[in-house]
Amino acid sequence: MILVVAEQCEGRLNRATWETIAGAQALAGGMPIKIVVIGGTTGDVPSDLASADVAEVLVAEHESLEPYTPDGFTMALQTIVEQLSPDFVVLPHTYQTRDFAPSLAARMRKSLVTDVTGVSGVGSSATFSRPMFQGKLSAAVMPQGTAPHFVSFQIGAYRADAVQKGSAPAAVTKLTVALDAAKIRQTPEAPFQEAQQAVDLSQAERIVAIGRGIKAPEHLGIIDTLAKAFGAEVAASRPICDSGWLPMDRQIGSSGQTVTPKLYVALGISGAIQHVVGMKGSQTIVAINKDAEAPIFEVADYGIVGDLFEIVPALVAELEKA
Amino acid sequence: MKIAVCIKQVPSREWQPRLTEDKTWVREEDSTYETNEPDAYALEEALRIREKHGGDVVVCSAGPARVVRVIRDALARGADRALHIESDELGQADAFMVADALAPAMREEAFDLVLTGLQSDDQGHAQMGVVLAERLGIPHSTIIMEVNIEDGALRIKRELEGGWFQWIAMPLPALLTIQSGINQLRYATLKGIMAAKKKEIKKVPVPDGLQSSQAIVGLAVPTKTKQTQMIAGSPVEVAAELVRRLREEARAL
Repeated sequence: MILVVAEQCEGRLNRATWETIAGAQALAGGMPIKIVVIGGTTGDVPSDLASADVAEVLVAEHESLEPYTPDGFTMALQTIVEQLSPDFVVLPHTYQTRDFAPSLAARMRKSLVTDVTGVSGVGSSATFSRPMFQGKLSAAVMPQGTAPHFVSFQIGAYRADAVQKGSAPAAVTKLTVALDAAKIRQTPEAPFQEAQQAVDLSQAERIVAIGRGIKAPEHLGIIDTLAKAFGAEVAASRPICDSGWLPMDRQIGSSGQTVTPKLYVALGISGAIQHVVGMKGSQTIVAINKDAEAPIFEVADYGIVGDLFEIVPALVAELEKA
Repeated sequence: MKIAVCIKQVPSREWQPRLTEDKTWVREEDSTYETNEPDAYALEEALRIREKHGGDVVVCSAGPARVVRVIRDALARGADRALHIESDELGQADAFMVADALAPAMREEAFDLVLTGLQSDDQGHAQMGVVLAERLGIPHSTIIMEVNIEDGALRIKRELEGGWFQWIAMPLPALLTIQSGINQLRYATLKGIMAAKKKEIKKVPVPDGLQSSQAIVGLAVPTKTKQTQMIAGSPVEVAAELVRRLREEARAL
């Protein structure tokens, strides 16, 4: 049996859960799939998820699971996983999963394969693909030791709309979990946003994005000129915003914004997976990079290997011709 | 404050990995190495906490003899001493193996605070810090953007997805995985490099019975999901050709 751990907060489902269900269906090879939803309150999430072609949706509500803490989730899920003894426990590779899943696997002395982009084979003979060396290589890995094996799927690895729906809604069953609130050591406060997002890059038709290849902030001027020539917004990969060269609200990727513009021009961006997840849905992607092996070319429609400081002025001149 | 920083030595970002004959690992003899960049931010944060609250910063690293180079660099930047869990079998170790290698010696040290980077640039499991916290029996939090110590306890800013954050209170001792970009890195000074030569690097044998939790059965250059059209030529030629294709084929302009 495969157990999918849904991610939700007070009845709002994280859509990556659907992708994870699609991943579980790819892995199953006839094994039954169950989904577990945990939290303080789960609202309509269990009944929504019951539309998937799965054996059962399990719900565990407990006041100590709201707000989320890694200690609370680890304790609750350990009890549930031990009770159900699945072959695999699958999760979306979100920040929250990264916060508790290693604890859970370590406490149970089970393997955890993270950031999985694909499955080959089914069931216990399955191997999992995951990026290594900043996405320059893809590894096929097999979990070692005894089941259950924990697996987290990279966001976007499977499509939410690929989930097979059932002919009738799956049964929704309540679970009771005993939790010792005194053992939760983290005390979180309410989430907040640093500043009002000044630019909503998700609405931009065209984006010119820069990465480490820009080398120094004094080169931003030519990027602005190019963006103007394209009629585009300027965005960046994480290192540029970390260095303070552009504000944080210009950041594309897992810790920034996710965008799907008509045109995305990646300049001097190597294509680390954390960036790619935020832009790979763009309609047309252009990559310009001096390193022919840069992973950004894997997702690009048009690629140019070369020095951006030579190509950008030529592009500006070409665009201004018309 | 007795602060530990876990540092991993990884192949340089610029290095294009080449595979061993059996295609289950990279040719280490071709590789150049550097400090895992996220760990450099963890070290910088540890040094800043020491400057504010006093104490010692101890670099902890598990790996083959080559790892000494990144340990020396951390000592040159200002760490006080180091633990090196040395074994050739740790060169390809997964997160569980590294955590199990580090845990016994680190438990003995009884650190108040343990900092790690949030993931490594080589295998990138994003697990080691959290597994280590579990093995040390201390609480943890991940992807941290600010660390405050008030009245012997932590108040930390954790990054959530999509530009959201939250404050978390937690007792010490604890482990935090540090988000890259939390601070501005300092570089080693000549004085620091000289001073580092006199600092202690304690070699610790690897504990018995380490087991890997996942086996790499194959490594490959990722298969393309898209047919990328490469455009070659002089800057003027590629610019003209790209603009033409964006107008006529992609209709993106």
